[in-house]
Amino acid sequence: MAAVSTALPRSRSARRRRHTRKAAGWSGFYVMVAVFVLVSLFPFYWILITAFKTQPEINAGTTGLWPAHFTWSSFSFVLTQGTFARSLLNSVLVAGVTTILTVIIASLAGYGLARTQIRGKQVIMGFLLVAGFFPVIAMVGPIFVTYRSIGLLNNLVGLVIVYFIYSLPLATWFLTGFFGQIPRELEEAAIVDGATRLQALRRVIVPVAVPGIFTVAILGFIFCWNDFLLALMFLTGPNKYTAPLAIMNLGQSQYQTYYDRIDAMVVIVTLPIALIVLFAQRRIISGLTAGSFR
Amino acid sequence: MTARQEPAAPAAAIAAAGAGQRRHGSFSLAARDRRFGYGLVAPAVIVLLAITAFPLVYNVWNSFHHVDYLFPAALGSFAGVHNYSEMFTGGQFLPSLYRTLGFTAVSVAVEFAIGLALALALNRRFHGRPLVRAAILIPWAVPTVVSGLLWKSMFDPQNGFVNYILQSLHLPLAHTTWLGQTWTAWAAILVADAWRNTPFIALLLLAGLQVIPRDVYEAAKIDGAGVLRTFVRITLPILKPAIMVALIFRTLSSFLIFDVIYAMTNGGPGDSTQVLAYLNWFAMFNESNYGLGAAISVALMVISLIIAAIYVAAFRTEQVV
Repeated sequence: MAAVSTALPRSRSARRRRHTRKAAGWSGFYVMVAVFVLVSLFPFYWILITAFKTQPEINAGTTGLWPAHFTWSSFSFVLTQGTFARSLLNSVLVAGVTTILTVIIASLAGYGLARTQIRGKQVIMGFLLVAGFFPVIAMVGPIFVTYRSIGLLNNLVGLVIVYFIYSLPLATWFLTGFFGQIPRELEEAAIVDGATRLQALRRVIVPVAVPGIFTVAILGFIFCWNDFLLALMFLTGPNKYTAPLAIMNLGQSQYQTYYDRIDAMVVIVTLPIALIVLFAQRRIISGLTAGSFR
Repeated sequence: MTARQEPAAPAAAIAAAGAGQRRHGSFSLAARDRRFGYGLVAPAVIVLLAITAFPLVYNVWNSFHHVDYLFPAALGSFAGVHNYSEMFTGGQFLPSLYRTLGFTAVSVAVEFAIGLALALALNRRFHGRPLVRAAILIPWAVPTVVSGLLWKSMFDPQNGFVNYILQSLHLPLAHTTWLGQTWTAWAAILVADAWRNTPFIALLLLAGLQVIPRDVYEAAKIDGAGVLRTFVRITLPILKPAIMVALIFRTLSSFLIFDVIYAMTNGGPGDSTQVLAYLNWFAMFNESNYGLGAAISVALMVISLIIAAIYVAAFRTEQVV
């Protein structure tokens, strides 16, 4: 914006020449951006129309960019037949509980790391990063063996525990940075007014930190909602499946892949995530760029 | 990050206020502050140890023991280096390692190049920029296994869009069974992986670009620097930390690719798209051999560490120059 006000006056012809060149540059630029957007979104369109096609039309092969007959049958099939509806509920439960747990513990630890004089802060911060990037697959074996011996396999509680320990380090890392940016005067004032530290944290700091906490909650929820590998390892019964696991297992028989059903399930699973992205774009990007998620 | 090194101000203020009073060891305000801090941090630290130390130690332990549920008689007995020798003599590990490294190199290079272009494009102000950003962010937010299924659907020989458009435009390869042959399967996997992960790189680099003040570019323009020179001399050096973070994240997660492979090819045709994480999973889940699985996990962790160390070292030496 500053560029406009400091631009030097130029002759009219020079300005016009610059203008045409700039217009050509802009149209090329818009074409490039349009291609990016198209590539990003077109697969979703394809999934959507496949989900609305009838099974015979799918078996006949692709003939156009539009279904010959629209049908809700694959949506109603996946939602009423079999266990997919149950899986959606499982996903919501597991992701919801994990997110709440993560937010509480990470907020406490983040505040402690940012605002108290505990020793070994650097060591803990270093650990947070290492732990956050620990390969999931390398964690799976030991936990499986442990769960097997204590009976937590095929149990949603077991899954919540794994998700929690996996999302906690980076959530704490992010919130430590976030709490560090809140002006100290706020809580000092509260303490001078006679509040305890914990009260100051709950009544003064947490309300100010809502955007950061919200970011951690969204990213944590997306992580749980999207996970496949951990669910695959620890869940064995269709009643316990989370949604991604259900999509993989329920969409195909030994002989056939039911693209209409798979794609209907994909649409259902993707929709809430797409809405979250649209409404919380800024928060997600801030969390992402602070390195709290991959 | 300087905030972390400063003493906590409220505590410091309280401690200063109480400096005139006598201190009774652990009853001092600074100690109270510290105890309060430990109380807050403790739950997270305990979990932290559970996530790093426990699997690490247990993995190493298991890798030297028989933990094969198909042979319960030997369960838990010491195995020496048996699991490691099985890993190498099984004939799967090294080919998978080379495949994984190859895929990692290609996918990171492709995604970085496109991601950088995308970031530079999005750094301009234009109408509808937030919408464009949301549009490219959505692929990143869908489950990885969904991105695999979605592209499996797109590459389906009968119902897929890819062959449909190739046929409509009378282009070659219109009858390709994409996931049925080694190289076309890799191409499809690369597309699915790049589609989901390029936005991540783009947004990280975009955040890096946005901290560069516009007047730096104005000054360069006045000094007569061309576009390329400005990019190499100004943009890249300032962008370096963002580039390093993006490359480390992407390289490690590309090296550990699993969901997309599982959804699209199951490691096939044959073993031709079997990657290390898949091999690791297969040893545990399908062969119930958690000793062998642990050995592969240890190898994965070591290689991940080496990759991270190489990046950190490379970017550090460059900064000195």
